[in-house]
Amino acid sequence: MTSVLEIRNLHVSVADKPILKGVNLLVKQGEVHALMGPNGTGKSTLAYTLMGHPLYVVTGGQVIFKGVDLLELAPDERSRLGLFLAFQYPVAIPGVSVANFLRTALNARRRAANPADKGIPIPEFRKLLKAKMDMLQVSHDFAGRYLNDGFSGGEKKRAEILQMATLDPEIAVLDETDSGLDIDALRIVAEGVNKLAGPNMGALVITHYQRILNYIKPNVVHIMLGGQIVESGEADLALHLEERGYDWVREKYQEKAEA
Amino acid sequence: MMTDVVAAPRPVYPRTIITTKRKAEPAAPFELKFTDADVKSLSAACKDPAWLARRRRAAWKLYHSIPMPRLNDEAWRRTDLRPFKWHEAELSALNASAGRRPVPTAFLKPLVGKEQGGQLAINGGKVESRHFDAALRRKGVVFTDFAAAAVKHEALVKKYMGKAVKADEGKFAAMAESLMDSGIFLYVPKNVEVALPLHSVLWASAQSQFTRVLVVLEEGASVTYVHELASPEGATAPTLHAGIVELVVGKNASLKFVELQSLGLNVWNFTHERAIAGAGAKLDWVFSAIGSHVTKNFSEIDLNGDGGWGRMSGFYFAEGDQHLDHDTQQNHNAPHTTSDLLFKGALRDQSRSVWQGMIYVAPGAQKADGYQANRNLVLSKSARADSIPGLEILADDVRCTHGATVGQLEEEHIFYLMSRGVPRPEAQKVVVDGFFDPIMQRIAFDGVIARLKKSIETKMARSGSGE
Ligand SMILES: Nc1ncnc2c1ncn2[C@@H]1O[C@H](COP(=O)(O)OP(=O)(O)OP(=O)(O)O)[C@@H](O)[C@H]1O
Ligand SMILES: [Mg+2]
Repeated sequence: MTSVLEIRNLHVSVADKPILKGVNLLVKQGEVHALMGPNGTGKSTLAYTLMGHPLYVVTGGQVIFKGVDLLELAPDERSRLGLFLAFQYPVAIPGVSVANFLRTALNARRRAANPADKGIPIPEFRKLLKAKMDMLQVSHDFAGRYLNDGFSGGEKKRAEILQMATLDPEIAVLDETDSGLDIDALRIVAEGVNKLAGPNMGALVITHYQRILNYIKPNVVHIMLGGQIVESGEADLALHLEERGYDWVREKYQEKAEA
Repeated sequence: MMTDVVAAPRPVYPRTIITTKRKAEPAAPFELKFTDADVKSLSAACKDPAWLARRRRAAWKLYHSIPMPRLNDEAWRRTDLRPFKWHEAELSALNASAGRRPVPTAFLKPLVGKEQGGQLAINGGKVESRHFDAALRRKGVVFTDFAAAAVKHEALVKKYMGKAVKADEGKFAAMAESLMDSGIFLYVPKNVEVALPLHSVLWASAQSQFTRVLVVLEEGASVTYVHELASPEGATAPTLHAGIVELVVGKNASLKFVELQSLGLNVWNFTHERAIAGAGAKLDWVFSAIGSHVTKNFSEIDLNGDGGWGRMSGFYFAEGDQHLDHDTQQNHNAPHTTSDLLFKGALRDQSRSVWQGMIYVAPGAQKADGYQANRNLVLSKSARADSIPGLEILADDVRCTHGATVGQLEEEHIFYLMSRGVPRPEAQKVVVDGFFDPIMQRIAFDGVIARLKKSIETKMARSGSGE
């Protein structure tokens, strides 16, 4: 059965300030949605809210994922249900290696499914991680480094995608994964996403640039403005934005832009 | 907060404010009850040779001349000795009835590699098991209990005992020397390399214990030595341990010393420990404090010869109402000496830790390079860590750096881990493990790391007001 993430009239506040003001969106496994919009319109707020960050308070609306009320779940439960977020600004966890971290994450999934699970055997895990690192063309010494600690901007983004590839989600939200990647890395990461996207994964790709959409072909492009999705269209909408900027959107939805 | 100061003569560091209003002194006497006759009986019970009996008596006199430390003594400002019922402490060596449990087998497993050059387990003052490689014995290496060494290796023990720690250094040094009931003596002759590690366990019985560890490496000698101090876990009646650890590391000698403290949560633990290192000597010293109700450790390295190198790596994890107080000192008494200290600790419940460190550089000790850092992770609102670095530099061409931090678990870290499917308690453990990783890297012995990780796991999993 195809997994569906459905966001219905979502309202979210941060520190009592309303940021999302009625977002509606439906993403299915196998689809790619692009989400664009000016700085500060609430794209990351949507991503954090979907993942359950405690700072983002839902004041109205619903999110249904695989028929389950997502907002009732703790972040780890959301993840184990098949949701993934590649962070715009991943935090560094000193002292925890990428490999150790991923093994812990995989084992947490196995144990949730079967409390008696002994965890993934180390050789099997090594093989899996190696394959994913090769797919994303990251050097193997990545595995031994402390997670995001001292990583360059691009390395952090690759580490996010490596995690995504290892955890194999059904719906992934990529929050500006393309920012900070050099041209080659962008292509490699995009190819990686495409390999996963196929029928098994749906993606909500938050981006400012049309460039990544040359590699990851979106089914739909959405524009967020003032905490709402105001326009949705086909891939050429992104091209249009690239040429003309957001002014025409602001004009068209003036009252929302000012809100 | 974080301070990193390069060769600053007067460091800025957090000072704990002590309330001036003092609680009323307890009515109970603030002293041990033992008599001169008790000390004599102890001497007899331990079969002291005459020379050791004399030293014991001299130390006992010293003990009486030194008052019990109080909160207005600078080194004792944060550790209150009044709650302990000093007059109720018993000498376990004089109490045959003192219930002795066998040393748990967990302590008898090798912690460094699979094979050991020797292992010595002492239970409540009596040797319970010993094994020592005959080839090492033939090379002149001595690894035995202190009582035996005092008789069979009198000249050596006499020569080195008190070289690093003197009985008059403090109340507890005098106490440990005068009331000693068990100990270890390790001697490695000139240029002898002990390839396999040595391991000793001092298992304290249900009553008070007074111990001494004396390690001597002659010029060019080398050894890895793991020493454990432990006592029954579930015991509740407050007891006392006072100990002396002396490490004499000769010219160009190399000592790796791992000291693991796993005393029961009923023990009040006091130690004076010092290493003296000669020219070109290398000392790699690891401490871990897992147990005890109260610990006050004085640990020092004296780098007395040109080019000496000393590293101190400390691990502690306090829970419940544990109080762990480590006083460290790195003395650069010669040029081109290097010291490197890293102490890392986690605290939960109402526990408390104190670390007070000092790097001292003597006049003329040019090109000295000293580093000290203390990092604390406070896991609950009611736990508290005091971290007080200090520098005293009397030479001008030196490099000294220090840092002290007290931090909490960061919700952003926990959220990040949870967003990958890791449940909260496990996410917290991952972050704590990560916090300790730099110390584990320095330890580099798998068995020791496994032991410490196990203690983290146990302490994190313990129910209670962890947060
Ligand atoms: N944790 C927070 N604390 C305070 N304000 C926040 C927080 N998170 C978001 N905001 C505010 O909410 C608004 C939307 O921010 P958000 O990060 O969602 O924007 P965005 O669309 O992702 O922007 P960008 O394109 O720059 O990444 C901004 O005004 C921002 O300052
Ligand atoms: Mg954003």
